[in-house]
Amino acid sequence: MKKSSRILIAFFSLLLIVLYFVPIWSISLQAPQYPEGLGMKIWINKMSGDLNIINGLNHYIGMKTIHPESIKELSVMPLVIAFFIAAGLLVSILNKRKLVLAWIVLFVIAGIAGMTDFYMWEYDYGHNLDPTAAIKITGMNYQPPLIGSKNLLNFTATSLPDTGGYIFFITGIVFILVFFYERKTREKTGGKI
Amino acid sequence: MKKSKLISKAVLLGIFITVISAGFYSCSEKNSKTLSLSGDEASKVYIEPGKYDEFYYFVSGGFSGQMSVYGIPSGRMFKVIPVFSVNPENGYGYTEETKPMLNTSYGFVPWDDAHHSELSQTDGVPDGRWVFINGNNTPRIARIDLKTFKTVEIIEIPNSSGNHSSPFTTPNTDYVVAGTRFSVPVPNRDVPITSYKEGFKGALTFIKVDKNTGNMSIEYQLLTPPYDYDLSHSGKGPSDGWFFFSCYNSEEANSLLEVNASQKDKDYILAVNYRMIEDMLKSGIGKEMDTKYVHNVWNDETHSATSTMMNSTKTILPDDVKGALYYIPCPKSPHGTDVDPTGEYITAGGKLSTVIPVFAFSKIKKAIDEKLFDGDAEGIPILKYDACLSGEVKNPGLGPLHTEFDGKGFAYTSAFISSEVVKWSLDTKEVVDRIPVYYSIGHLSIPGGDSKKPWGKYLIALNKMTKDRYLPTGPELTQSAQLIDISGDKMRILLDFPTIGEPHYAQGIPADLVTKNQLKIYRIEDNKNPYAVKSINDARAEKIGNVVHIYFAATRSHFTPDNFEGVNLGDTVYFHMTNLEQDWDIPHGFAVMGNNNSEMLVMPGETCSLKWVPTRAGIFPIYCTDFCSALHQEMQGYVRVSPKDANVPLKYSLGNEKK
Repeated sequence: MKKSSRILIAFFSLLLIVLYFVPIWSISLQAPQYPEGLGMKIWINKMSGDLNIINGLNHYIGMKTIHPESIKELSVMPLVIAFFIAAGLLVSILNKRKLVLAWIVLFVIAGIAGMTDFYMWEYDYGHNLDPTAAIKITGMNYQPPLIGSKNLLNFTATSLPDTGGYIFFITGIVFILVFFYERKTREKTGGKI
Repeated sequence: MKKSKLISKAVLLGIFITVISAGFYSCSEKNSKTLSLSGDEASKVYIEPGKYDEFYYFVSGGFSGQMSVYGIPSGRMFKVIPVFSVNPENGYGYTEETKPMLNTSYGFVPWDDAHHSELSQTDGVPDGRWVFINGNNTPRIARIDLKTFKTVEIIEIPNSSGNHSSPFTTPNTDYVVAGTRFSVPVPNRDVPITSYKEGFKGALTFIKVDKNTGNMSIEYQLLTPPYDYDLSHSGKGPSDGWFFFSCYNSEEANSLLEVNASQKDKDYILAVNYRMIEDMLKSGIGKEMDTKYVHNVWNDETHSATSTMMNSTKTILPDDVKGALYYIPCPKSPHGTDVDPTGEYITAGGKLSTVIPVFAFSKIKKAIDEKLFDGDAEGIPILKYDACLSGEVKNPGLGPLHTEFDGKGFAYTSAFISSEVVKWSLDTKEVVDRIPVYYSIGHLSIPGGDSKKPWGKYLIALNKMTKDRYLPTGPELTQSAQLIDISGDKMRILLDFPTIGEPHYAQGIPADLVTKNQLKIYRIEDNKNPYAVKSINDARAEKIGNVVHIYFAATRSHFTPDNFEGVNLGDTVYFHMTNLEQDWDIPHGFAVMGNNNSEMLVMPGETCSLKWVPTRAGIFPIYCTDFCSALHQEMQGYVRVSPKDANVPLKYSLGNEKK
């Protein structure tokens, strides 16, 4: 691979370190009584924001309270990200285009697994409601959107990637671009790496 | 003094004419209402729904004892801050935590007469940290924290009586002062009232303010001749380090003051060089006098007040501070004394005077240096009037009282008897404009109008009577203030707005200087009230002898716990409620049926305690009084009260889970 490709790979692998310091996902809630909005941020290892207020409000519809310490994904994600940082650096050192592809495949799998897990988590919170809740509306569930906006009673919930999420996507895209660039270069030159 | 007699006759005639014409106001067609408005006044005071006013205004509640908060220019009231009077609306003075705030050396005093709101200053400019206000009747000064809009400190002033020339501040709020309106024996004791001239004193109290915490402590009391100290202001710029107190009754009358204190042609402004006294204090002047006064301090972490009895103050006699005190003669019972933004000019409103004297500080200094004295009063030199005078404002209206400044070279004086605001030039001493107000104006106020940097856009007239200005409400009418636009050459009335109590005085400040410090909630982690429950798991009830302590939590939309049994007649019950919410604008309230007490409102993260002594057996509902949520009406519970000798065990529960 070209030196520039290897530098790019190393750089973006290291950029993933930022994920330990910024949230990856953001769910924001707007309601008439909350003109300033309520928010919840998901990090790779914790949750932050107005969690207590959201938990307090959710008891009316019988939603389970969110306890970050009981969410096992928050202890797994830091390890997964560590793996991709190390693996990315290794790919850059070993200088093999096929390893780039392998990294991409694993990364995409991790991304899809993460989003699926997130969807299932949202489904669980939105559907498994306390039958004795004060507010019960037949046919209504309170699952927040995976990505985008949705009206849930008086709240409009918006779910979007946060800084860390964007870095994750961009890193994946950079790896893919590097891979195709290298393949094209090889076809042109007909050479082997 | 033939001339002065003529002047007082003229004034009396003026008063007579005013009284007669006041009679005409009420029976003739409302000539006052034919006031011509130019048409765009409404848009000048209209604040779009959801938008903010430009200024906060802190309006004294006068005899209500409280302070109200207004937005200007809209004239909308946002809040009444309980200060010197009990407030069953939120439990101030009723909850166990707030009762000590109203403690005095006379015991619990549930009311006072609040007069002058005074914003704290930095470098001579209002800084939006605190606002002070005086209690006139049982001498006290309160400090309100503008982070929480809560009264956080009240200090009693001993040896004082009628705490009127108070609580005016120095340019960096290192002192606030408290001058006595009534001279009294010091120390106060049983003497014939007619011994006034022998043993009575006028105490001027200098109170140190901690520059970080704002905490007040009495530094010393100057015991001056027994005059009636009316108002005061500190110097600034060239006059920094001086304080000016106006006084009337230099006649030393103790009865029918209306006549007996109006005999002399001139009374005084007392100039106090407090920086010089500060230096003298280091050499140990003055003497500690046994006295009793309380110091009440609120703590935002324990959410409660403590009241401490203090036992002595340092008193200083004029002879101890020679060279630091001078009387400036001032025509006829001066009321307000005000210092212009540059600090060079000192004006006085002689209630019965036909001119406004304007003194120049440079001339006062010169008169002191050259010893241009006109005798002395109990050893305090009296400066020569003409030597101190910069000029006199002629035709300032009848009954001039108070002056504030716009920072553009103009002064505005209220005239009580002729019911008008008079605008005059500091430079030429000429009246340049006048505008009638409705009716009988006392103080007036310009945001920062007594400071180095007035925001000279609006003037508020604080009136004493409304008569026909509003829909009538029986014999007791509303009181009111008026908003006047002073941005142009001519003053323009924009708005009348009603106030609580009497709008005695008010101070205003640009809103952003206050909003940037606002506290939204109390952090539950920081709650150090000994009766707090930090989580619902700590909620409980305990009985010690015949005292029941109920430690419970409020969250939307229930109390934890909400059913209590085991209270007997003869028991005293304390409800210690913690609002566990950590969300803005979610207070919870609490009340119990038949309580000989108020309700309480508890802010997010706060703990309050309400006492209840049940008077009969039965089932007593409790409920949340502040509409907190959609299921607020469900936020309720019961307390069972059993006869004295019944043997019902103490039990508490939530959702039928008994404990």
